[in-house]
Amino acid sequence: MNVMPPAGPLGSGPLPHYVSNAPFDPKAAEKLSPAQERIYLASQWQLMWIKFKRHRLALVSGAFLLALYLMILVCEVLAPYENQSRHTDFIRAPPQSLHIFDNGTLRSPFVYGYVYKLNLENLKREYTVDTNQVHPIRFFCSGDSYRFWGLFTADFHLVCPAKDGQMFLLGTDRLGRDMLSRIIYGARISLTVGLIGIFISFGLGILLGGLAGYYGGTFDMLTQRAIEIVHSLPHIPIWLALASVIPASWSPILVYFAITIILGLMDWTGLARSVRSKLLALREEDYVLAAQLMGARTPRIVGRHLIPGFMSHLIASATITIPKMILGETALSFLGLGLRPPITSWGVMLNEAQNINVVALYPWLMIPVVPVILVILAFNFFGDGLRDAADPYH
Amino acid sequence: MQGNILSIEELSIAFALHGQQNEVVRKVSFRIPAGKTVALVGESGSGKSVISQAIMGLLPKAGGITHGRILFRKSAHGEDASKGQIVDIAGFERDGEDIRDLRGDHIGMIFQEPMSSLSPVHTIGDQIEEALQLHRPVPKDQARAKTEEMLKLVGFRDPHASYDKYSFELSGGLRQRAMLAMALICRPALLIADEPTTALDVTIQAQVLDLMRSLQNEFGMAILLITHDLGIVANLADEVVVIYHGEIMEAGTVEDIFRNPQHPYLKALIRALPQFDMKPGERLVALRDAKQDLGALVGTRRHAPAATASDVILSVRNLRKTYGSRKAGWFGASSAGVVAVDDVSFDIKRGECLGLVGESGSGKTTVSKLMMRAVKPDSGSIVFNSGSEAIDLMALDEERLRAFRPKMQMIFQDPVSSLSPRMTVLNIIREPMEIHGDGTPEEQTRRVTELMSAVGLDPRFLNRYPHSFSGGQRQRIGIARALALNPELIVCDEPVSALDVSVQAQILNLLKDLQKELGLTYMFISHNLAVVDYMANRIAVMAHGRIVEIAPRHALFNRPMHPYTRALLKAVPFADLDRPLDFNYLSRGSASDTRLWGPAFVEEAGGTSLGSLDLGDGHFVLAKPNADLKDLQA
Repeated sequence: MNVMPPAGPLGSGPLPHYVSNAPFDPKAAEKLSPAQERIYLASQWQLMWIKFKRHRLALVSGAFLLALYLMILVCEVLAPYENQSRHTDFIRAPPQSLHIFDNGTLRSPFVYGYVYKLNLENLKREYTVDTNQVHPIRFFCSGDSYRFWGLFTADFHLVCPAKDGQMFLLGTDRLGRDMLSRIIYGARISLTVGLIGIFISFGLGILLGGLAGYYGGTFDMLTQRAIEIVHSLPHIPIWLALASVIPASWSPILVYFAITIILGLMDWTGLARSVRSKLLALREEDYVLAAQLMGARTPRIVGRHLIPGFMSHLIASATITIPKMILGETALSFLGLGLRPPITSWGVMLNEAQNINVVALYPWLMIPVVPVILVILAFNFFGDGLRDAADPYH
Repeated sequence: MQGNILSIEELSIAFALHGQQNEVVRKVSFRIPAGKTVALVGESGSGKSVISQAIMGLLPKAGGITHGRILFRKSAHGEDASKGQIVDIAGFERDGEDIRDLRGDHIGMIFQEPMSSLSPVHTIGDQIEEALQLHRPVPKDQARAKTEEMLKLVGFRDPHASYDKYSFELSGGLRQRAMLAMALICRPALLIADEPTTALDVTIQAQVLDLMRSLQNEFGMAILLITHDLGIVANLADEVVVIYHGEIMEAGTVEDIFRNPQHPYLKALIRALPQFDMKPGERLVALRDAKQDLGALVGTRRHAPAATASDVILSVRNLRKTYGSRKAGWFGASSAGVVAVDDVSFDIKRGECLGLVGESGSGKTTVSKLMMRAVKPDSGSIVFNSGSEAIDLMALDEERLRAFRPKMQMIFQDPVSSLSPRMTVLNIIREPMEIHGDGTPEEQTRRVTELMSAVGLDPRFLNRYPHSFSGGQRQRIGIARALALNPELIVCDEPVSALDVSVQAQILNLLKDLQKELGLTYMFISHNLAVVDYMANRIAVMAHGRIVEIAPRHALFNRPMHPYTRALLKAVPFADLDRPLDFNYLSRGSASDTRLWGPAFVEEAGGTSLGSLDLGDGHFVLAKPNADLKDLQA
């Protein structure tokens, strides 16, 4: 009775009544392995983290972005030179390479000095490496003095050039300013422009999309049409028009905020749409109806049920739109209509590389493009990973 | 015909999950004799669908066959089946030449949800013909003729016109017929039917089952029927395989299984099934009983309602609701509405359970939403009698409605969507008390613990999230939440239709116990007549937005008057070999088809309108006021 009768390869005959001798364990289907137990006790955010961790590329990108954002807190210390310090003897000097061997002997990292000569035929500044001049790099040292976040004066740097020596690892620009230091300072502006912009568009998107989705009717219709109109405007001319309205007399910091507001004002439409569609979907969930039937008021339903329901999803989509802001700032500044010197951003730095001759003769002026690309890729990977993790059906 | 068409030998299937191999099917062996029907019965998660996927070579990427063979006898068409060549499907390459040759040609398959299994961008004729052209390429005009012939066989009245229809133009029953035509166009030797009628109404289900039987006789194919419904098994199967948690518990002929069940699991499953002829007070036996402790709750009832038979707690009069008549934006034209609820009146007495049955689209869910004032009716009145005063729900403004809410609560159908995935169980059950400011946070937490034990959940689970609970446990959470405000009337909207039979019995018993101990009144909505029969004292039957019959439970089941009620009752498959479905009666058409109702029940244009006819003992039927009772019974 307890062995399944061998059916044989396609044997026939009446089917004998088979009864398994396995006991009936009613709880068998409900038993959990420790791994399942861990997942079962996790909250939605913990589940997201578990899923996010599986996305290697997103994890690495997230770590990279985190490092960059930590870096902008202390960029004065990290940069070898002060942002604006000029080296008139080294205008548009090419990048110096870092060495650790001098004539076959190992020593601490150093750079060779430059000998400058103006080529009178084509007026090109020519720098030749002089291996007799060795400028060892100093660590944890005093160098250019700076005002840390504009609060107090200090001169501590992580790395500095040798006393009376130079260290232009990424070359210098037309005023003889160190490119590396300026890229580090520029990160402070370029990376935060996206963040402030995203907060503005996030706020507008949640407010307008939320009201449209929850109340529907005429307000929804007006918002939808407004979104369509904003969508149909060509972005660059509008940016330009708005940016040109900013008075030239404004201080650079005011211009900075004006630019972020412009970027935010142009970008809220996508978020408003996704908030609205998410709300429309969530409103149909039974648990929202249940809350209504319990007697919950509208603010409670929105705050306790609807917003938490789509927040993770929204954060993910917001992450993906940050690169758009960074690119927007870069484009505006490149065209000379965004941020203006003395503010340093990657876009402002690229402004110098507008002339094709300049790019051909001094290609290192294009280097600020590299951090732009890296940051945008990292944001895209990171946002992708977040979105997958926030998706309950993944 | 002799021999088996398919033989499964010690089949084991495992799925990789979080890097671990999880065995979901363990050493399963069974056979399918040629031309016979084998039913594979089990609860959700038992592995029955995985076996069917393995036979079709459609296992998901994470899954794989770890042991055993699936032997299929492949014979050329028209050839004697016993001479066929035997192939092992388990050894076939995924999506390779061999398995694609079998799929559709030798083995056909139909699924539970015919809407999502048919493409909406091709006509059904094209889709059926595609299956034919893949295996038996024939000229276009011949293919069309063959396809139309097939459509006729599966019961399309006008095959020529139906060929050019799209799936969304067809009803659920016709879609499943089109699926059958697609699966059978190549005359396969084996048809796998995975829950083929679960998404259909009972009368349509009976017709599709009838069709499967007659096509089987015509083509001589074998059927592997995968289902959780023992009633369908008893009506269709020759041999039955009962599977639980990936292992076969019992197998045998349909006679053996139903007349002489041996294994404790099968016995428990049969005991958990609501039957029509249960004695008053007889209880279902749940497979796994959860400890319920109602003691603490009973003490917190505000007043012990003295239930007298005439005490009406809620009375609904002339309720009417039309949908779809809203304006569609600036340029859209406004469309005429669809009447969802049409002149519905009924009373619910204190302490009773009023059942509401009807097929999908009959308007029963709309009635529940109107009662809860989740939707505003076009006209009609709903009056709640709290014992001391009569409250007109239609006249309540927002604030007073909010204050009234605790008296009436609702239990939802879908245990997944009815609980917020971002709140812990504690917060979910506590929410209604927070909204109404019932007690201090400590008192609320204590009451949540009491509610948890009352519905049979371990109070240690308080800080878990809903995703960690099974369907039955989630439904318990929903019940606890509905009880939190101490309601007097609870509207249960299909509370067990998303649950397995074994879990269904638990929830039904829980609801019954709560009703008895707490003196609750229920409105119980379901499409399952057996479940309503188990729960309700009186039953109302809805069709086309109207209540066509309302009667005490025994009267409705013993002396149904309305043709719709009769058809519904006849279409329920019993898990009992001695009460087979009357397929001849059911093949006439759908129960909601008014053409079959007889003149006394149909309103003609300009004729006398229908009224509620009193048959005595609280039995009312919707008919012409001048209709003779003898006519009705005819």
